[in-house]
Amino acid sequence: MPTSLAELAKILNAWVDERIDLSGVRELIRHKVVPVHRHTVWYYFGGMTLFLFIIQVLTGILLLLYYRPSAEEAFESVQFIVTEVEFGWLIRSIHSWSANLLVATMMIHLFSVYFTQAYRKPREITWLSGMSLFGIFLFFGFSGYLLPWNELAYFATKVGTDVAGQVPVVGHLMARVLRGGDDVTGATLSRFYGFHVAILPLATTAILGLHLFLVQKQGMSVPPEIERSGQPLRTMPFVPSFLLRDLVGWLSALAVLGALAAYFPWELGVKADPFAPAPAGIRPEWYFMYMFQTLKYIPAKIGPIDGEVVGVLGFGLGGLFLLLVPFLDRKTARGEKSPLFFWIGVGIVTYIVVLSVLGYVAPGGK
Amino acid sequence: MEPLASSRRGFVNFLLGSGFGAMAVWMLYPVLRYLIPPKSGEATIASVPVPWKPAEIKANSGRIFKFGSQPGILVKTPAGDLRAFAATCTHLNCTVQYREEKQDIWCACHNGIYDLNGKNVSGPPPRPLEPYKVNVKGDQIVVSKGA
Repeated sequence: MPTSLAELAKILNAWVDERIDLSGVRELIRHKVVPVHRHTVWYYFGGMTLFLFIIQVLTGILLLLYYRPSAEEAFESVQFIVTEVEFGWLIRSIHSWSANLLVATMMIHLFSVYFTQAYRKPREITWLSGMSLFGIFLFFGFSGYLLPWNELAYFATKVGTDVAGQVPVVGHLMARVLRGGDDVTGATLSRFYGFHVAILPLATTAILGLHLFLVQKQGMSVPPEIERSGQPLRTMPFVPSFLLRDLVGWLSALAVLGALAAYFPWELGVKADPFAPAPAGIRPEWYFMYMFQTLKYIPAKIGPIDGEVVGVLGFGLGGLFLLLVPFLDRKTARGEKSPLFFWIGVGIVTYIVVLSVLGYVAPGGK
Repeated sequence: MEPLASSRRGFVNFLLGSGFGAMAVWMLYPVLRYLIPPKSGEATIASVPVPWKPAEIKANSGRIFKFGSQPGILVKTPAGDLRAFAATCTHLNCTVQYREEKQDIWCACHNGIYDLNGKNVSGPPPRPLEPYKVNVKGDQIVVSKGA
């Protein structure tokens, strides 16, 4: 008979090992290391994003148990969750806050990878899968925003799907497919619900699996400047040193989440009414703010083209540039310095930050 | 005989590959068609009575009414004229509102401004609001398309 938990674990381990050879896993754990240098801190943000995603899955599943996806019942069911269900307010608040933190850590992860040029050969596929996840998570945010069926979400979805409709040639069809019809209606809610709880999770599982597999297979990228310095590279073992540091980050994130959810519970607003004007002060989630603000500044017509078409094409090109950067940045691929791409990155980040701040402080309301 | 064998293998592989390819298209086509929503069977509406009497509406005000499934806006100018437009902003589809203090029609989403003729005068809207015809028959206001 096993006399302690440790002994029991040992026996279980031996039992499994006898049937499925675990030596590969043990080797991996023993040999996985993380490079230590002055940019090591950026390695934590991918894992942090993953942690927040796990929170989203868990709280999302809980919300599913009470949520009802129809224009007649959606708002009432969320109201029921936050007012009647015990700790419903907490679960919903954590889901909303965690979504926002996730987008933030994902952006930090994306741009830290960009600036440390970790996208270069041989990690192009990791970058492409990461950019796909970036798109998927933004769509998660956009589709989830509509589900409570409140006024803000209703108009945000009208604008967002209309933006998609501005894409030349295929735009109209895209907007119809997104909306499940010509307008944002209960059909749109059904569709967004399907995206949010089935299609996007499925896509995430596949692409996140690939992303993590590649990170495992290739190990962490070391920034070129550190590689070039020629000094011997220090490392730390992943288990336990890096993992325990990760854990500190995750526990801190959990504490921040708990505090935000408790002190700033996510608001529900008023129920969507298709026959009410868009309310003053309407705005999207902060991570779409720079696009929203840009659309305000673009004039009605640029030459013969409608301004918003130019805006939409501009964002499309920006996204395409980021997606293809491993193949555009030839200098980094050759192991040379690549100041042009560094400054383009600085330009993109500055644009996003400035326009986002303007979105909150610039006049232009009622 | 080697080249013959490999060309046979090539031919069989080609058949297999194109067979699976055709099957993929054959299965994907109905799925793609399924994703495109059917056209709504709703008849296009030519005119609607609005649910307010002319006397109820004070000058320098605006109200949203249902024009079929779309919002319309009925405006009574400071001079007392009744005018109606589609309430859908020509920029990105939000619903506009009347601003009494500025006497204009305003879209809160991206700060688009229209004058009381529905003309886009400021901000991003690229086109005027679609104008409707307003008829007052006794106690009833009827709004119809094609002003």
